[in-house]
Amino acid sequence: MVRPIAFLVGLVFVAALVVALLIPREAAEITAAQVFHKEPKAFHLASDGPLGRFDRQQLQRGFQVYKEVCSACHSLHLVAFRDLEEIGFSKAEVKAIANQWAIEVPSVNPDTGEPATRKALPSDHFPTPYANETAARAANNNALPPDLSLIVKAREGHAAYLHSLLTGYSEVPAELKRRFPDAVPPDTLHYNPYFANLAIAMPPPLVADGQVEYSDGTPSTIENYSTDVAAFLTWAAEPKLEQRHRTGLGVLIFLLITTTLGFFAYRNVWAGVKH
Amino acid sequence: MSFPWAQHYTPKHPLMRWLDEKLPLPRLVYNAVGGGYPVPRNLNYFWNFGVLAGAALAIQLITGIVLAMHYASNADLAFNSVEHIMRDVNSGWLIRYAHSTGASFFFIVVYLHIFRGLYYGSYKAPREMVWLLGVVIFLLMMATAFMGYVLPWGQMSFWGAQVITGFFSAIPLVGEPIREWLLGGFAPDNATLNRFFSLHYLLPFVIAAVIVLHIWALHIPGSNNPTGVDVKGPQDTVPFHPYYTAKDGFGLGVFLIVFSIILFFAPNALGHPDNYIQANPMSTPAHIVPEWYFWPFYAILRAFTVNFFWIPAKLWGVVAMFGSIALLFFLPWLDNSPVRSATYRPLYKKFFWILVADVLILGLCGVKPVEEPWLRLSQLAAGYYFAHFLIILPIIAWIERPLPLPASISESVLNGEAQDGASPDQAA
Repeated sequence: MVRPIAFLVGLVFVAALVVALLIPREAAEITAAQVFHKEPKAFHLASDGPLGRFDRQQLQRGFQVYKEVCSACHSLHLVAFRDLEEIGFSKAEVKAIANQWAIEVPSVNPDTGEPATRKALPSDHFPTPYANETAARAANNNALPPDLSLIVKAREGHAAYLHSLLTGYSEVPAELKRRFPDAVPPDTLHYNPYFANLAIAMPPPLVADGQVEYSDGTPSTIENYSTDVAAFLTWAAEPKLEQRHRTGLGVLIFLLITTTLGFFAYRNVWAGVKH
Repeated sequence: MSFPWAQHYTPKHPLMRWLDEKLPLPRLVYNAVGGGYPVPRNLNYFWNFGVLAGAALAIQLITGIVLAMHYASNADLAFNSVEHIMRDVNSGWLIRYAHSTGASFFFIVVYLHIFRGLYYGSYKAPREMVWLLGVVIFLLMMATAFMGYVLPWGQMSFWGAQVITGFFSAIPLVGEPIREWLLGGFAPDNATLNRFFSLHYLLPFVIAAVIVLHIWALHIPGSNNPTGVDVKGPQDTVPFHPYYTAKDGFGLGVFLIVFSIILFFAPNALGHPDNYIQANPMSTPAHIVPEWYFWPFYAILRAFTVNFFWIPAKLWGVVAMFGSIALLFFLPWLDNSPVRSATYRPLYKKFFWILVADVLILGLCGVKPVEEPWLRLSQLAAGYYFAHFLIILPIIAWIERPLPLPASISESVLNGEAQDGASPDQAA
């Protein structure tokens, strides 16, 4: 009884699919994004690969770019000042960075109980530049600058995408204006072929060489700012990457030895038994 | 039950004798996975995956219990509590990545386990109950994995919950009330997150219990083998311990090596970047995709695009998606060929490999956006999936002429050579 019923049920499902398959449908319209969107540029960081380690000098430069450029609009709320010790700053330096941070931390006036602010401490997370989402949108043409703590892991293409986006702003191509006049970004948005819909609210943040003064001899160029801040944000998104790589290497060596022993034990047990 | 030639448990130490009289737990273990369980001597490496699935469940239980000590199942706190585990909890990154990668590996080994069962006909009599319980475990795993994916409360968590609970609204008349009852609200929110956490903690123990039944049911007829031929006598078997404990030990090592490579060097390769964005009910992701192990079923869901016989396309999709798993419950009776192993079933073997390719194509369609050519391809592939199980298999069983079977396992192993003395079972 099962098989005849199954046969009929099968025919019904197949019929529903065949009808769906054969019904003609309109060809999807080609969008500007399909033609002009670009994949991220080739990009390499010291932390890439199974044994990659962070370049601390680069992370510190990237932090400087975040501090002087990005932090004006973008928060980094999952990272604490104390975490900066991991990228090579001393305790005293971290204390000074927290103390001199442009935005103060929300607090309570100990005398009146009124809301107040105080200077940041190493134990504080990076303070957010806007009090809330409404304030952030009000200051940015109704766009919300995303938090950067996890941005590298939260975007397809990761650090390479970030670097491409930061250095990818360009004029709207003439061909796009001609073929897709509706897709030309309005004045409040900016053309960037690495952004999913080609029009990003963020104005180009890195505008000129020399915008950030590097003190370690690395040339102060837009290309370097972008590379370094992408490296810094890679660390911010995955601060335990080096431990992970180191632990992984040890675990693999252990497992390779154990499994080899396990293989010979298995062969030994089975010796003389045909199977 | 066991074969009459199975070794008997004889406690030597007085303490073990005492224990055996009061609570014969060591005897149970001995008869289940020790010297007392005779197993066909010709099992290949595909028979490792049952034990590996058990190991994967153990990894999920241990890491999950530790994660629950630090996780906060509250819509405002969940996302940041996961990041707290990743950044501030000692070795938290290891435990969390082991759990998220472990979920994928649980499915990898279970899919290979199912592959083995389909190829060698392990679902056939007398092992139908083993197969039925296996399908129950698979369904429980899917429910557990889905709810677990909601817990980090990222964008894909939220929108995945939205889409999957939306299936229930396809039920006529009572669908929408059922959906709201399941969610505890009109959309996924704190109530949803809390109940999913509660159930995500509960279901793995239910899975463990059904695994006990699965193994119990297996031990009645004993394990199948690559020839599919019944065990005829002691010369066909070896005791589980030490023969298969040694082989499974080696298999476990290989599994852990592959698992560690992904866990330590590409832990996010199997996840979606959008889940590193906190859930936002006001912003829908461009493409909502489930985890990779659901892609074939997601493709079946989306393949039904026309209202057919006055039934809306959405309901067709939901019924087909659940049906694609439910039909597995009938498999032992759909395929009534008396020959188990595909090795001796030339026609079945061809269609089996077409099914494997078909499911892989469905998986690919499931991750792609709903547009051509993926949509038509998924309709073709979904059509084959149903045709394979419901139409083709019964016909194959009817018209196929199987190859001659070996008289026994030992005959196929020894290939006509002289018997190598007594079997290990007899020698032991």
